[in-house]
Amino acid sequence: MRSIFSAATQEAARLNRLDTYFIVAALAVLLLVTYLVVYTSLKFRDKGNGIEPKQESTNLRLEMLMIGGPTVLVVGFFFLTITTTSAILPPAGTTTPVVLITGHQWWWEFRYPGTNVQTANEVHLPVGQRLLVVGTSADVVHDWWVPSFGLKMDLIPGLRNHVWVTIKKPGIYEGACSEFCGQQHAWMRIRVVAQMPADYARWLQAAARPAVAAPSDSLARVGGALFAHYACSSCHQVRGTLAAGQQGPDLTHFGSRSTMLAGLLPNTPQNVTRWLTDPQAVKPGAHMPRFIFGRDSIQALTAYLTQLK
Amino acid sequence: MAAQPVLVPEPAEALPDLDLGGDQGLLQWISSVDHKQIGIMYLWVALLFMLIGGVEVLLMRVQLAVPKNTFMGPEIYNQLFTMHGTTMIFFVAMPAIFGFATYLVPLMIGANEMAFPRLNALSLWITFFGGLLLYFSFLAGGAPDAGWFNYAPLNQYNYSFRPGIDYYCAGLLLAGIGTVSAACNFVVTILRYRVPGMGLKQLPVFVWMMLIDSFLIIFSFPALNAALAMLLLDRQLHAHFFDVQAGGSALLWQHLFWLFGHPEVYIVILPSFGILSEVFAVFSRKPIFGYSFIVGSGIAIGLLAFGVWIHHMLAVGLGNVVNGFFSASSMLIGIPTGIKIFNWLATMHGGSLRFSTAMKFAVAFLVEFTIGGLSGIAFAIVPIDLQLTDTYFVVAHIHYVFIGGTLFGLLAGLFYWFPKMSGRQLSERLGSWFFWLFVIGFNGTFLVQHVLGTLGMPRRVYTYPDLPGWGTLNMISTIGGFLMGAATLLLVYMVIKAIRSGPAATSDPWDAFTLEWSTASPPPLQNFDRVVPVRSARPFRDLKRPGDADWLKPGKKEGYHEREQSVD
Repeated sequence: MRSIFSAATQEAARLNRLDTYFIVAALAVLLLVTYLVVYTSLKFRDKGNGIEPKQESTNLRLEMLMIGGPTVLVVGFFFLTITTTSAILPPAGTTTPVVLITGHQWWWEFRYPGTNVQTANEVHLPVGQRLLVVGTSADVVHDWWVPSFGLKMDLIPGLRNHVWVTIKKPGIYEGACSEFCGQQHAWMRIRVVAQMPADYARWLQAAARPAVAAPSDSLARVGGALFAHYACSSCHQVRGTLAAGQQGPDLTHFGSRSTMLAGLLPNTPQNVTRWLTDPQAVKPGAHMPRFIFGRDSIQALTAYLTQLK
Repeated sequence: MAAQPVLVPEPAEALPDLDLGGDQGLLQWISSVDHKQIGIMYLWVALLFMLIGGVEVLLMRVQLAVPKNTFMGPEIYNQLFTMHGTTMIFFVAMPAIFGFATYLVPLMIGANEMAFPRLNALSLWITFFGGLLLYFSFLAGGAPDAGWFNYAPLNQYNYSFRPGIDYYCAGLLLAGIGTVSAACNFVVTILRYRVPGMGLKQLPVFVWMMLIDSFLIIFSFPALNAALAMLLLDRQLHAHFFDVQAGGSALLWQHLFWLFGHPEVYIVILPSFGILSEVFAVFSRKPIFGYSFIVGSGIAIGLLAFGVWIHHMLAVGLGNVVNGFFSASSMLIGIPTGIKIFNWLATMHGGSLRFSTAMKFAVAFLVEFTIGGLSGIAFAIVPIDLQLTDTYFVVAHIHYVFIGGTLFGLLAGLFYWFPKMSGRQLSERLGSWFFWLFVIGFNGTFLVQHVLGTLGMPRRVYTYPDLPGWGTLNMISTIGGFLMGAATLLLVYMVIKAIRSGPAATSDPWDAFTLEWSTASPPPLQNFDRVVPVRSARPFRDLKRPGDADWLKPGKKEGYHEREQSVD
């Protein structure tokens, strides 16, 4: 995880300038107060001589200074606030978003408008372009936050919110849901895969492909049949098959994701098996119920899911 | 003018002393309408809930000490942090403030009682029972688990179907009735029951702050109570105020909650400002510097408090104009706060400072609260807020305000007024130990959380991945938390020991200025045999130093009211 100061986007770089001004000003005020506290505490300690100090009770010029100093600082920072905000967070207007984020308890849905691409928890974005990212929620309030991108946005049911990002370098950027959204708020982590525009275009093309309806591996084929005909397909979608559920994450290219369950575990066959065996033991509260699958079925489903690339 | 007629029912029997081992009946305390006993009971309620809220948070800190800990699951953790926040705000901070105010306001204005003693008793008990009701949820199927802020639609039945949130609504509504009625009582008491000669310009700063505070309560708690009633309707009778699927608004809850919630922040800090103003003056042996500026900035904070709630909602996307407006008002509130800090420093300047434990907490407050205030300004600056809101930086900020601000003020008040309330002296030696243990524990716990926030740790998570630095910083924070826990136990020990066997206190151990010190420690049933004449803001000092009285000084005449002074 990179900190808010790592400035992976141009917006965050602009913001960090404001951060720096603020930190300098705040430290200056803190040092001034601390100095005055220490100085007066040492200098005016009771000498034990019983002499009554001068009973001074006000000084208009000093009071004006006390009001004027903070006022200057506040006005200065107000103007910085307004200029910075309007530079990095202008209204969305009619721009088409590159990705529409929907928060769910407790995973992220990403749809790429203009394509049929849909993915979960890991989002791919191109670098070097100013992108509009729009967000909403399917259930409770969530919050989209990648610290090194600078801004966060609340995802609220019934409303749309947006941020702008211009990612500077390819790489993996991590984030997390930042608004308390229920039992598994802690495991609603984000992975942004930032790619060069050419790589991104290739990825988008691959992601638009449907899954192979009949896998070559026979175990996976059995798993695919189980998936399509039993409970899985009522919640999950695997494009190109009968499974078209919209409640849970889209699993079309599940095998190509590096983590599962919104960042809780690495995406390995062992972990998929663990999850299918008892979801509530792995991620208590998750909306996937515990199905009493036989060991053979779980093996087949694991084989099917991991080959979805 | 004749003495004010006693219109209130007062107990006829002498007050029991505070000795816990004494044989005075518990019934006498429970049935009391005496403001001093009620004030002390408020403080016991606050202490009881503080210990409960403290145990809750220590369990949370154990869970967070190392990454991916399995000490407890999310179900329990979410209940604990919800209960910790709710408890500390509604059943620790509020009762502690009311405890001091109920005890001191009548004494400081030379009155024998609160305006409505029976209502006073009702306020205490209804608050206490509100707390018990909230805690009953643990036995009734689970405590509330949607946070003390309890956002919609997470607070709706289909997302939180256990009864915890219903108990949250009922408990807080009940406590809210107690709070509003207590505030009404303070307003009437302060405006109607001052001793003759005490105009508003002679009010002790603490009483001024309680007056402003009471108005804040009267105007802000109804917003919360309305929201709670609406939520209960949603949950029990399927109304749709906050249910988005049925056409309700999730944001409506946030607006109502913060319309209450932000003034609440000032409701719990203003009394501490008042306490500190008394402590700084007395322990510097000087009048409070800039009395009218301190009072005026308190009024300004009270007014601005209602215009800043959106800064809790800058990330919900209300647009740059709305955000800009509330950013401006939120920053503006820094000015009156700054005025106070500098006036307290000016009070110390040129004084003769005595570093009793009360003064130590007051001086430490200046630095700790400045840290909390400055990090608060960070949240008024929209883009910085969009980086840091809902992270551990906020957790650090609110605790610097609530502990470094409110609690340090209340502790200064406890050490200052304890001799008056109990007739016993707290140990200054143990007080010093307590002070250092608490200050080190406090900064150890929360200073590092600023860093955790900038590193990307969201708040309200029951566990976290093993990212660089996160484990170490959380471990430091947990150790700091346990130091504070140890300090709290030391405080409880000190208080009980002093009540049982502490040295007797004189009526005026600190050479203080205000009326409560002119009567016995602890005060008799009827507070005053005879109230000293009031011609300035420091009537008791005037009495002790007649040649140097404030009202004799040139330029001080405006503080003198040509009023009848006989008060017996």
